[in-house]
Amino acid sequence: QREHRTEEFRKVNVLMKVPALKDGSFTLAESVAILLYLAQKFKTPDHWYPSDLQKRARVDEYLSWQHSNIRMKGSKLFLCKVKPLCLTNQVLRTFATEELNTALKQFEEKFLQDKPFIAGSEISLADLVAVVELMQPVCAGYDLFEERPKLKEWRRRVEEAVGKQLFQEAHEGIMNIKSLTADQTQPWWEPCQVLGTPGH
Amino acid sequence: QTNSPQEFVTFLTQVFLGCCAILWHLTADWQVWWPSDSEGAGKVSLLKKVPALKDGDFTLAECTAILLYLSRKYNTPDHWYPSDIQKRARVDEYLSWHHTNIRANAPKTMWIKVLIPLFTGQPLPSEKLQEVMEGLSTSLKQFEERFLQDKAFIIGSEISLADLVAIVELMQPVGVGCDIFEDRPRLREWRRRVEDAVGKELFFQAHEMILNIKELSNIQIDPQLKEQLAPVLMKMLK
Repeated sequence: QREHRTEEFRKVNVLMKVPALKDGSFTLAESVAILLYLAQKFKTPDHWYPSDLQKRARVDEYLSWQHSNIRMKGSKLFLCKVKPLCLTNQVLRTFATEELNTALKQFEEKFLQDKPFIAGSEISLADLVAVVELMQPVCAGYDLFEERPKLKEWRRRVEEAVGKQLFQEAHEGIMNIKSLTADQTQPWWEPCQVLGTPGH
Repeated sequence: QTNSPQEFVTFLTQVFLGCCAILWHLTADWQVWWPSDSEGAGKVSLLKKVPALKDGDFTLAECTAILLYLSRKYNTPDHWYPSDIQKRARVDEYLSWHHTNIRANAPKTMWIKVLIPLFTGQPLPSEKLQEVMEGLSTSLKQFEERFLQDKAFIIGSEISLADLVAIVELMQPVGVGCDIFEDRPRLREWRRRVEDAVGKELFFQAHEMILNIKELSNIQIDPQLKEQLAPVLMKMLK
């Protein structure tokens, strides 16, 4: 069970962490920009980046806020290379700074609230970006979902939604891009250029 | 009028972010796009206290999200946020990078030189400013070499939201006497083009508060408020 879950998130992580996208001669960095580009290029189902102005604004709002909040506070803290397996969750929790806790609180109270997903009743790019960032401390051994039932439920919903759909669409996306590039042997998701984007 | 220390800090922060939205609000010819009264469309107003835009019942925070929302709602000229997906991606790319680079550093100059001393009653050690200016220097180098290059504006020959977002932050060090355009002719030229594209009068109107921020140093602040806010403000520098 646990391996399966980790595997899924590893896949999602790979997709999200592509430092640059290459589409013909067009190169693009910054994961948020890449996601938006792909969503629009491949006309993915509306809920990923809703055409409804207000729902879309909610996604934009989260994508903007997360740069200086969850991303910095979550990732930086767990960049340490040493992952001592003997440390319990309890001990690791003490490393979680006040800032990360504040960011998580804001995430729950301002962005998620009582909705199933950030933009409302359906999953969007905002949830994808959020879950990948929040899984980083988890992968480093600190399960921040443990004491946060609301977040835990949200994550479960994202897992379910991502499970069936994302991989199907990613597969379609790959097939589409492959037909565009001259070089059929290079899968688009392979990082072909590291542009040194901060935060990646 | 503010009631609590948190609100005051939020107010000050959001005024600067608000400049961005104001600039936008004024540049879009919204007289033309304004829905007629009979449509019953909600009023769009900027709440400077709560960091948000309010449109009827809909409240929205985050400068970038606000700008995008307004540009879509009022169908502003295409160049602000192009429909061509590659040009648009360049705007998104800049807006994303901007957060952790320019936006992380430029506003700190105001905090260090004016706002924090206002509450602590003392200037900050010069190393603090130096540190921030160094970080900003690195960001500006990337800005010039990676984003602007030899183009007139960030994404090409026309101004876009990316330029607006950038200029509002970069005017902040200018407002406190750290003229980052001084030794950077390419950036200076870009700024001049942005001023022209927006309209000089409007440009300076939008930046009025930033450019006169030093006047804030003269205001009297309740000692109790000072005591409460000083540690909060110091935290912001970390």
